[in-house]
Amino acid sequence: METSLLAFLLISLAKVIVVVVILLMAVAYTVLLERKLVGRIQNRWGPSRVGPFGLLQPLMDGAKLFLKEDLIPEAVYRPLYILAPIIALGCALMSIAVVPFGADIRWKGVDLFEIADVNIGLLIILGITSVGVYGIALSGWSSNNKYSLLGALRASAQVISYELALGLSLVGVVLRSGSLRLRDIVDVQSTHGLLSWNFFGGFQFVAFLIYLMAAYAETNRAPFDLPEAESELTAGYHTEYSSMKFAMFFMAEYGNMITVGCVATLLFFGGWTSPFGNLFPEPHNAILLSFLSLFWFVAKVFCFLFLYIWVRGTLPRFRYDQLMGFGWKFLIPVAVANIVVTSFFIGLRLPLH
Amino acid sequence: MHLALFIIFAGLCVAGALNLLLQRHPINSALSLIVVMSSLAVLYLLLGAEFLAAAQVIVYSGAIMVLFTFVIMLLNAGKEERTHGSRLAYIAGFPGAAALLGLLTYIFLSHSATFGQARLGEYLATTDDISRVLFRDLLLPFEVTSVLILIAILGAVALARKEH
Repeated sequence: METSLLAFLLISLAKVIVVVVILLMAVAYTVLLERKLVGRIQNRWGPSRVGPFGLLQPLMDGAKLFLKEDLIPEAVYRPLYILAPIIALGCALMSIAVVPFGADIRWKGVDLFEIADVNIGLLIILGITSVGVYGIALSGWSSNNKYSLLGALRASAQVISYELALGLSLVGVVLRSGSLRLRDIVDVQSTHGLLSWNFFGGFQFVAFLIYLMAAYAETNRAPFDLPEAESELTAGYHTEYSSMKFAMFFMAEYGNMITVGCVATLLFFGGWTSPFGNLFPEPHNAILLSFLSLFWFVAKVFCFLFLYIWVRGTLPRFRYDQLMGFGWKFLIPVAVANIVVTSFFIGLRLPLH
Repeated sequence: MHLALFIIFAGLCVAGALNLLLQRHPINSALSLIVVMSSLAVLYLLLGAEFLAAAQVIVYSGAIMVLFTFVIMLLNAGKEERTHGSRLAYIAGFPGAAALLGLLTYIFLSHSATFGQARLGEYLATTDDISRVLFRDLLLPFEVTSVLILIAILGAVALARKEH
């Protein structure tokens, strides 16, 4: 079915707006979830005063950050100081564009649950993540503050080191599905439910654990949060930022967390497919099908966010030399070994020409 | 659509390259180089080389330029001082550059009849096509290049190692 350009543009614009609004709401409520959960882990309540169960807390925090005075210190290098939070948040929001959220349901020939369906979706996510580090690096440099600079240096070195392990860990998944398109990667895992997910059926659990650790380091989250280690660097790269500029870094961090959760879900846990596979027949009603696929996707991403916060509340921070040693001497060799073993088994199963 | 994108990003690419030379602060030059690399990626994409475009962003804009900015931040390099340039560059450089440009133009114009034509957005080289070429048709050059890079890595490690 051919769609007119105007309809395509309008539907795409609507999709972008809906996804960005939902993503920003999800970011706000991930912050609340984190405060609640870390509170429970530390044997206290967390926010509970604003609204029932503290549910209105994120809105109040947002309003507070909006209304605060936006200080720009004297000695900063202004163009980059202003550009840095924009780069950070922009990259965090951009990579969600290639994530498919649900089954391939089309309305007037336009894919409803994905903004852009591209052949190299996985590479685009990797590319945007690798560019996102400029937000942190430039903020630290332009702040003209030694703590910020140290935080930015740590962030650059850490992201460069762990990006290798992250990329290598995904090769096994790509080998199994033979495609870089995220929908294809999910379709390979959709036949027998839980048993054909890459994590279980594809025997990619080693790759998954490497991906998880490398992704935590990429998003600068505990136990890899050295760029903002408050006991050593005040607040790290965003020491000199206030008001909305600080909030943009904050949103970028949580946006990246959600993207990592989405990618882990898509690559290792079957995306929007149900864990029961063909045990229950697939509903023929398109609306029911879209709700079910959205439900499974959101539930899986939620589990990853929960894990993120759980890890943050439990593990202490790495020492710097441990961080580098762990990345280069442990994760990368294991990732390479995983590629060798996976390609060996895939080669065994292929028919000889 | 394709032509408009091409004009925008080709202009951005040239502007970034000029800015790279004209800026006096190393970090601004490095950022201009990032702009050049990223707009090159878009030009690759317009020609249908999607894998190459992604690799360009990941490797050049992402990894290599992060190392550039890392080094600039680490050394905290200040503004460059303007110099008059070496005399050799004026005497040999400009005529040499002009001669090279003339030679390239001459060869290009004299052979332009035999070149094929590539229209923007006409052809799509998938990752599959690229891997087929790299790992089957051009396997030997590919492997030799990888050995060369391995030797370079070992050389870097040997140079960076502390003396015992």
